[in-house]
Amino acid sequence: MNKNLKEQVIRSSGVNVLKCMRCGKCSATCPSYDEMEYHPHQFVYMVEKGDIETLMKSDSIYKCLTCFACVDRCPRGVEPARVVEAVRLAAIRQQGGNHLKPTDIPGMLDEDLPQQAIVTAFRKYAK
Amino acid sequence: METFTYYPGCTLRTKAKDLDTYARSSAEALGIRLEEPADWQCCGGAYTTAKDEIATKLSAVRVLNSAKESGQPLVTVCSACHNVIKQTEYDISRDEEMASKVNNYLGLAEPYTGGTKVYHYLEMLRDVIGFDNLKEKVVNPFTGKKIAAYYGCLLLRPVKALAMDDPENPTIIEDFIRAIGGTPVIYAQRNECCGGYITMEDKAQAQKRSSAVMDSAKDMGAEMVITACPLCLYNLKKNSGSDLPVYYFTELLAEALGLKEGNHE
Repeated sequence: MNKNLKEQVIRSSGVNVLKCMRCGKCSATCPSYDEMEYHPHQFVYMVEKGDIETLMKSDSIYKCLTCFACVDRCPRGVEPARVVEAVRLAAIRQQGGNHLKPTDIPGMLDEDLPQQAIVTAFRKYAK
Repeated sequence: METFTYYPGCTLRTKAKDLDTYARSSAEALGIRLEEPADWQCCGGAYTTAKDEIATKLSAVRVLNSAKESGQPLVTVCSACHNVIKQTEYDISRDEEMASKVNNYLGLAEPYTGGTKVYHYLEMLRDVIGFDNLKEKVVNPFTGKKIAAYYGCLLLRPVKALAMDDPENPTIIEDFIRAIGGTPVIYAQRNECCGGYITMEDKAQAQKRSSAVMDSAKDMGAEMVITACPLCLYNLKKNSGSDLPVYYFTELLAEALGLKEGNHE
């Protein structure tokens, strides 16, 4: 367990992971559930245990759509998406940690793709 | 005539001109003046919820402050801009540490600690103009048209900051559809995510999400889907594989007001 990383993720997310009552509603409502190796409820458990490096190495951190479904539907107000965001930031803030690079963009463009898609992807995937 | 500070956002200048153009012409016809600040910047597309992120929130604070200095409420039409700006306003009004870091950096004449009233364009129609008044100005009603409102995620959630409508049983777009003479279609996926920016690196997921939305609308008998978000429009049109047409709500508004040629017949 990495205590410093745990403290950083908890401080950055502002989430009290101890409020979670293990109902799994966050994962049940997550539109990316099938694409994730670790699901929203597991982010909450694993951060509580301090097992953060496993999450940082998983592609699951890039699958959260930031749709806030888990935030509004959590009966305990845990707000799991904030935990996912804090773990993703811990990963992409590392030197060389950018998940998306400007040189990747030309290959992703089509004539209708809105600028909104590109700026949002950069905000989620790179520093 | 009431004046609003109007924040268009990056995409309304380029790929989503129909969202912008018809928002402007309709506002004018409804007696609202939209004033665009000279120096607005892109909102970034998504709000970073992390408490130790400051730089990513500055562009939203700048436009909130610009509206405050003009003494005007702020209105946005893109769902993403609306979401980022409302979440920024919510947090800066409550999180003293964030407000202090933001103001240390910006060095404004007077620190910004919240207070600007932020409207989505739909809220302006509902709360300032009133759907009953809008109805009276309709010259080309969408009589008999079955229209599905697509809220997606960003218009409604998180509800404590957005405070626009019930996030599970919203009515604002359905009420808008009734005001322009159409028949709203209620369907299960109307407030679930279209896939958003994941289309950049995982087309299959975007296809799965957006086809779930469009199939759900079609199953309930919709003849068209309307949205306020350029990225939703893109996903629903390009990634869903559905033949159901998708429009911006401002296109229907302008058409109902007689400001735009009809293309829905």
